[in-house]
Amino acid sequence: MAQPLAVEARGLEKSYGDLTVLAGVDLTVHSGTVYGLLGPNGAGKTTTVRILTTLLRPDGGQARVAGFDIERERKSLRRNITLTGQYAAVDELQTGEENLIMMGRLRGLPRPDARRRAGELLERFDLTEAGRRRASTYSGGMRRRLDLAAGLVVPPSVIFLDEPTTGLDLRSRQGMWQVIGDLVSTGVTVFLTTQYLEEADQLADRIGVIDGGKLVAEGTSAELKSQVADARLDLTLADRATYDHLHRTLDDRVVHTDPARLVLGVPTDGSARHVRALLDEIDPNRSQVNKFGLHNATLDDVFLALTGHPAEPSHDEEKEPAGV
Amino acid sequence: MSSPTLALPTAAPAPSRLADWTTMIGRCLRVSRRNPEAIIISLALPIMLMLLFVYLFGGAINTGTAYVTYVVPGVLLLCAGFGCSITAQTVSHDLNTGVIDRFRSMDVSGAALLAGHVVASLARNVVATTLVLVVAFLIGFRPNAGLADWLAAGGILLLFMLMMSWLAAAVGLLTKSPEGAGGFTFFVSFLPYPSSAFVPVHTMPSWIQGFAENQPITPVIESLRALLLGLPVGSHPLHAILWCVGLLAVSIWLSGVLFRRRTG
Repeated sequence: MAQPLAVEARGLEKSYGDLTVLAGVDLTVHSGTVYGLLGPNGAGKTTTVRILTTLLRPDGGQARVAGFDIERERKSLRRNITLTGQYAAVDELQTGEENLIMMGRLRGLPRPDARRRAGELLERFDLTEAGRRRASTYSGGMRRRLDLAAGLVVPPSVIFLDEPTTGLDLRSRQGMWQVIGDLVSTGVTVFLTTQYLEEADQLADRIGVIDGGKLVAEGTSAELKSQVADARLDLTLADRATYDHLHRTLDDRVVHTDPARLVLGVPTDGSARHVRALLDEIDPNRSQVNKFGLHNATLDDVFLALTGHPAEPSHDEEKEPAGV
Repeated sequence: MSSPTLALPTAAPAPSRLADWTTMIGRCLRVSRRNPEAIIISLALPIMLMLLFVYLFGGAINTGTAYVTYVVPGVLLLCAGFGCSITAQTVSHDLNTGVIDRFRSMDVSGAALLAGHVVASLARNVVATTLVLVVAFLIGFRPNAGLADWLAAGGILLLFMLMMSWLAAAVGLLTKSPEGAGGFTFFVSFLPYPSSAFVPVHTMPSWIQGFAENQPITPVIESLRALLLGLPVGSHPLHAILWCVGLLAVSIWLSGVLFRRRTG
């Protein structure tokens, strides 16, 4: 039997008045895999998740999740998925344990089973000690873990995680990655959205890059990275003449420019060997390059490479003045 | 595999809708109990007003009976209205946090969710009303009512609370933020003034009398007053019940419409 599809969406569209949020999104996610939908704020990630989890009706297109149609089989679909949204959806005035028991009851578990299951999950998510405290006393990371646990009282076939680590510090983020990574080993399908390339890289088998309501690229992390350099070598040049000269000669190998600071960026894999070779090639006389810096590929770089425009123009420090 | 406990079969049992209702009611009751501020606020205002009216204004107001006896039904109503209006904030809070998406993605119905809030509201207000009555007795409230009168008065008050709670739930669904929903509390706490709650209607300017005589709060108060003081009730209970049932029906219908609109 062919591997069943966990998510299958064709031509999803959604607009609010004149604002098009989704402009025809196709998605295919195989069961038992992790799919990462990567994109900046406002790209349409949350809208996609809300449509796939039946919270929002699309204006156009169709989708099946866990084998059920998002419009015609909402009830069955809802019983087979869980959604952990951007904001930890737990009751602050209830304890961790009470939150989990409540979820178990809503999932149809008899009270003793719900209680036992809550205990298991608290232990599993390292919250046993905190289980009898109100969730209002939890740290951001603990709250997210509780939120994730709440989605697992009855194991779903597809788990949707909408930006599971946004707003967490690095340590808590890594903790969440560990937890999500462990989940995957149980064979469940995970559909997550993220703004962080590194997160998609760590967790996802396949990554879809979404921008302006369209899927602009899809593939494994390695496939996407082959379209974008892993890293970039930024060269601070001696003077304006050198800058202009190298900008011309290197031409389309230049992936980053900062004329004000006389900086040109070229792709590299980041290895010492490659950096040395690049420096020798570009500056054989050892007089043109004053300084260099290594810059690891960011979402912005992926975006620049895939879409030809920066991901978030609002905090765009790499913006070029027109006419350069 | 590091977590064998998660590897349960994925077939979710079909949840019973009754369990949804009892679970949501249990949730709201528990959360209410842990938010004593809400109860204290809904108690403090009516009790302070009662003391204010009885001791500061009461001497100058001639109602034909001891003023405390006249004013207690109005205070009970003020307390109920004020307490129920807090439901607008609790409902609004749920809608503005991620919790609503979680419940909906679990196929919990809007009716179960709102019923949880309404039942918790009723429970809070029964407690608050009882405490107000205790204070009223302490400062000299001496009703003249038999058991049947008490039951009838309690029933009408409960119906009024149910209506106000559903109305508040609808307002909570309508407003964009819990702060906005708080405005409803303000509005509700003023509604009893142009009624027979604190002073007899015939002492008001004639243009207000028309409103005061015919607004829904007046027949409820008049019913409570007549029942508790052993006076003839006339058609007041009928009007009170018609008003409450009518507004309750409108509020439930409105809540359903607004819930669907808010949650797509």
